[in-house]
Amino acid sequence: MKVLFKYLPALFVTLLSACGSESWNNPYPATDVDRNILYGAFAERPKHLDPVQSYSSNEIMFTAQVYEPPLQYHYLKRPYTLVPLTATKMPVVQYLDKKGRHLPDGVDIEKIAYTIYEISIKPGIRYQPHPAFARDERGKFLYHDLNAKDLAEVYKLNDFLHTDTRELTAKDYVFEIKRLAHPRLHSPIFSLMSDYIVGLKEYSTTLKTAAREQSKKQGKGAYLDLNNYALQGAQVVDSYTYRIKIKGKYPQFMYWLAMPFFAPIPWEAERFYTQQGLAEKNITLDWYPVGTGPYMLTENNPNLVMILEKNPNFHGETYPAEGMIEDVKVGLLADAGKPLPFINKIMFYRDKESIPRWNKFLQGYYDSSGIGSDSFDQAIQITGQGEATVTEEMKAQGIRLETAVATSTYYMGFNMLDPIVGGFSESARKLRQAISIAVDYEEYVSIFANGRGVPAQGPIAPGISGHRYGKEGINTIVYDWENGKPRRKPIETARALLAEAGYPNGIDNKTSAPLVLYFDVTARGAEDKSKLDWMRKQFQKLNIQLVVRSTDYNRFQDKIRKGNAQIFEWGWNADYPDPENFLFLLHGPQRKVGNNGENAANYDNPEYNDLFEQMKNIEDSPERQRIIDRMVNILRQDAPWLWGYHPKDYGLYHAWYKNVKPSRMSHNNMKYHRIDADLRGQKRHNWNEPVLWPIAACLIVLLVGLVPAVVAYRRKERGAGIENLRVLGKNA
Amino acid sequence: MLNYIIRRMFYAIPILIGVNLITFTLFFVVNTPDDMARMQLGIKRVTPEAITKWKQDRGYDKPLVFNSAEKGVRRFIHTIFFEKSAAMFAFNFGRADDGRDIAHEIKTRMLPSLAIALPVFLLGLVAYITFALVMVFFRATYIDFWGVVLCVALMSISSLFYIIGGQFLISKLWHLVPISGFGGGLDAGKFLVLPVIIGVISGAGTSTRWYRTIFLEEMGKDYVRTARAKGLPESIVLFKHVLRNAMVPILTGAVSVIPLLFLGSLIAESFFGIPGLGSYTIDAINSQDFAVVRAMVFLGSFLYIIGLILTDISYTLVDPRIRLE
Repeated sequence: MKVLFKYLPALFVTLLSACGSESWNNPYPATDVDRNILYGAFAERPKHLDPVQSYSSNEIMFTAQVYEPPLQYHYLKRPYTLVPLTATKMPVVQYLDKKGRHLPDGVDIEKIAYTIYEISIKPGIRYQPHPAFARDERGKFLYHDLNAKDLAEVYKLNDFLHTDTRELTAKDYVFEIKRLAHPRLHSPIFSLMSDYIVGLKEYSTTLKTAAREQSKKQGKGAYLDLNNYALQGAQVVDSYTYRIKIKGKYPQFMYWLAMPFFAPIPWEAERFYTQQGLAEKNITLDWYPVGTGPYMLTENNPNLVMILEKNPNFHGETYPAEGMIEDVKVGLLADAGKPLPFINKIMFYRDKESIPRWNKFLQGYYDSSGIGSDSFDQAIQITGQGEATVTEEMKAQGIRLETAVATSTYYMGFNMLDPIVGGFSESARKLRQAISIAVDYEEYVSIFANGRGVPAQGPIAPGISGHRYGKEGINTIVYDWENGKPRRKPIETARALLAEAGYPNGIDNKTSAPLVLYFDVTARGAEDKSKLDWMRKQFQKLNIQLVVRSTDYNRFQDKIRKGNAQIFEWGWNADYPDPENFLFLLHGPQRKVGNNGENAANYDNPEYNDLFEQMKNIEDSPERQRIIDRMVNILRQDAPWLWGYHPKDYGLYHAWYKNVKPSRMSHNNMKYHRIDADLRGQKRHNWNEPVLWPIAACLIVLLVGLVPAVVAYRRKERGAGIENLRVLGKNA
Repeated sequence: MLNYIIRRMFYAIPILIGVNLITFTLFFVVNTPDDMARMQLGIKRVTPEAITKWKQDRGYDKPLVFNSAEKGVRRFIHTIFFEKSAAMFAFNFGRADDGRDIAHEIKTRMLPSLAIALPVFLLGLVAYITFALVMVFFRATYIDFWGVVLCVALMSISSLFYIIGGQFLISKLWHLVPISGFGGGLDAGKFLVLPVIIGVISGAGTSTRWYRTIFLEEMGKDYVRTARAKGLPESIVLFKHVLRNAMVPILTGAVSVIPLLFLGSLIAESFFGIPGLGSYTIDAINSQDFAVVRAMVFLGSFLYIIGLILTDISYTLVDPRIRLE
C-alpha cells in the first residue's frame, strides 16, 4: 500500500505529460499523423479483385482505382458522360452488313449485322511495378518458373524482391476480353457478352477443350495461354489499336467499355499467378491486382486493412477543367488542370459494426462516412423547406453533407403469373392500380428511409436519360399534378378501382370472401416488424388482408425463380446510365420463370417487348424518348410493380476532404479527391485530448474502498478467538 | 496415463465424425449447393450454367451423402459429405468458397484472437478468484453482501451493452484508447486495453459467483474447521487450504476452455475490429461458406476434446488421489 501511495503521483504526472503529445485514441501509427493519407472503412471483405470476375460495389471501390478500361465517366458532368481514359479518343464505331460491307451512319437497323468498335490507346502508359514483369540480365522472366523451394519464404506478393514494368499495349485489352471465356474463371457478364461479342461463345468451348487436353498432359491448373487461341470478335490491329466486333447494334456496349471487365490484363500476370503453389498462399490475381491506374494495391489484408498507394508509373492525368455551373460555386473546379492523383495513400480499414465506424468518423479518424439509421438524427436535420442539412453539432465540426439520387430503384413487384394479382385482365390490372395508389411511398420514405428517397413514377431513375421530370413525368394512375408537384390520388379512387376490379370494399364478388393477398419477404429481424405492420396497414386501407410470408433468403430466391411468390420486394442498381438497363427488367424474354432472367415480376407484354427491341438499339434522340414514354405509359397502366422509390445517397465529409462529387456510375474517383492533412491533424488533436479525471477517480475509489477492507482484514486476523488463545498461551 | 490419453484420442474420432455429420446435415437442410453458388456469384446476371460450373469447380455437383450412380463403397466415397469431411481429419481444410486457403486464414487469425482471449482469461481468472475469496473472507458482512449484489448486477447486463458502453465511455468520451482496430507488434497494446477490460468485467458476475459458491462449499468441510482449530489465520486457511482443495472444480471450468481461446469471440471481435477467428466464423455463416463453417466447427470440436483431456490431466496434478488409467 505504501508503495502504491509513493508511486501514484509519479504515475499521474506521467499520464498528464503524455496527454500533451499524441492523441491516445489515435488508431493509426504516430508517424502517419500529418501525411497525405485518406482513411476509409469497409464492412464486407471483397470476394474478387480480378476484373473479369468482380461485380460488386464493395469490390469496385478497389478495382476501379487500379484498373483502367479504355473509357471512363466525366467526373463532374451530368448527365453521366463517357470520355476517353486510356483511349486517345472515343471509339470509332463502324456498322457492317452480313457480307462485311461497311454501312453508313443512320442506316436502317435491320441491315446492321455487325458493329465494330475500334479503340486506340495512348502510347507510353506503363503498368505498376510487379514481379510478373521482372527479368534477369538475359531478359528471362525471373518469376515465371517458380518451384516449391523458390516459394518457401514467400507469403505475400511483396516477398518477391524484384519488380519491373512494361508498356501497355492493345494486346492486353484483347487478352482480358478473351479471359471472359476462360474455363477456370467465372465472369458474371460472360453470358451477356457471348450474345454480342462475335465468337465468344465458341471461344469458350475451344478453351474448355484445350484446358481439358492440357490438364491430361500437364496436370490440373496448368497455364492456358490465351494468346495461342484467336477470338474472332476481339483483334489487335497494331500495338496501340484493337477492334471489338459485336453482333447487330448494341449502343450500350460503349458503357461496358468503362467498366473493369474491359480493363487490360498483361499475359505475364496471368502466367505468373497460374504457377503451382501461389494460390495456396492467396497470391492470385483475385487478391493482388495488376493495373495501370493511379493507385496500386500494396497491402491486401481484408481482415484488417487494404492499402492503395500511388502508382509510381502512372501515366498522368489532370483534374477536369469543365463541369456543371453548381460545381464552380462549391469549388469543385478549383483544382482544374492540376496533376492527379492528389492523395498518396488510401487506407481502408475493416470496421464491420456501424457504431465504432461512426464514432471514429466523428473523432476525425475516418475522412467520410455514410449515415446509418441510428445516427441519422444526430447527423441530419430537415429544414422548414424540407431540405436535409447537417445538424448544428456536425456544422460545428465542419462536416458537410453531399447527396445524390442513386441510379437505383426499390420496388414492390406483383408476380404476373399469379391467378389473382397477375395477368392482363381488366380486373387484375385495376386491382394492381388500386394497390399502387393505396401504398403511400411518400410516407414510407419519410418513416423508414429518413426521407432519403424519391418516390418513383416509373422504373427509370432520375439522372438517366429517358427519365422525365415535372408534370410530364408523373404516373397519372397514381398521382395528380397539384400546386406544381405530384400528389397521390385519394384513397377513394383506389377503392373505386378495387370495386371495378371485382372486390368492392375488399370483398371478392365471386366468393363473397374477404380478399387475402400474400407478401413474400425474406426472414426479418425485430427491427423490420414495423415496416411489415405499416405495409399491412396500407392494404388495410382497401380492406385487403395482407398476409406476410416470411422465409429465409434462399427460399425466397427459390420462390421468385419458380414464380411461387405473389407480392414481393426487389431492387436494382444500374450497371450503366441508360434507360435500357432499367426497362429490360420488365422485358418478357428476361422473365425469371422459364428464362432465368432479371424480370422478377415475369411481366410479358408483347407490345412492350416490341418497343423495347426498338428502343434498345437506338441512341438517345427525340424518337427514342417517344418510345420510352410509350413503354413507361404501358407499364403504368399495367402496374406490374408498385414503383417504390429511388434511394438518395447521403454522405458526410470532413472539412479537410475536398473535391467530392457523389457519383453512382463512376468509381475511379479517388484520384480526384484531395485531403488537407494539416487541418485534419489539428482537428484530430483538438477533438481527442484525453480526459484523465476518470482514471484518477477510479484510483481514488479503489483506494477508498481498500481502506475499510484492510481495516476489516486486520481486525479479523486479530480476532477475539486468536487473541484469547494468545492470552491463554501466555498464562500457561 | 499415456494409454488413457491414446484411448481418449480414439474416442474423439466418432465424436468428430458425429459433429461433422450434424454440421453437414444442419447446413445443407438450410442451404443447397445451388444456394451457396448464388450467394457467391451474387444476384445479378447469374445463369444456370454459371451455377453448374461453380458447383463443379468446388465439388458440390455430387450427391450429398449417397451416390446411386456409383457402385460399392464408391457410393459413399463419391459424395459431398465424404470428400469434404475426410480431408479434415488430416487437418486439410481446403479452400473457402471464395477460393482462399482456410488453413492460411486460421493461422493468421489465431494470434489476434489469442491476443484478446488469453489476457481476458488469465486476468479474469486471477480477478474472479481473488474477488470470490475476498467475499468469502468477509462472508456475512457488508462487503460480501454488496459484492453479491454487484455480481448479480454484472450478470444481468448483456455483453453487447458492456462493449457499446465501454466504447462510448472510454473511447468516445474520454479518448483514452482507440475505439476499434488492431495493429501488429507493440502497436497492438493500445487496441487490446479496451476489449480486455470489457472482457474481464463482462465475465466477472457469473464467474465470481461460481467461484464464491465453490469456496463456500469448501469452507464448510471438516479440514477447514481443523485448520481454524489449529489457530491458523483466516488468510492462510483460505489461500492455502481452501483454494487448493477447490482447484478441481476450478480446473474443470478453466482448463477445458484454454484450447478454445484460439477460436476467439464472435461478438467482441466484430465490434472491436479484431481480425480473429471469431469474426471469420461470423463472416462465413453470413456468406453461407460451408467450407469455412465446417472447418471452424471441426476445429472447435477438436479443441474442446483436447481441452477435456487437458482437464483430466490437470486433475492428477492438483489431486494426488486421482490416477488416469
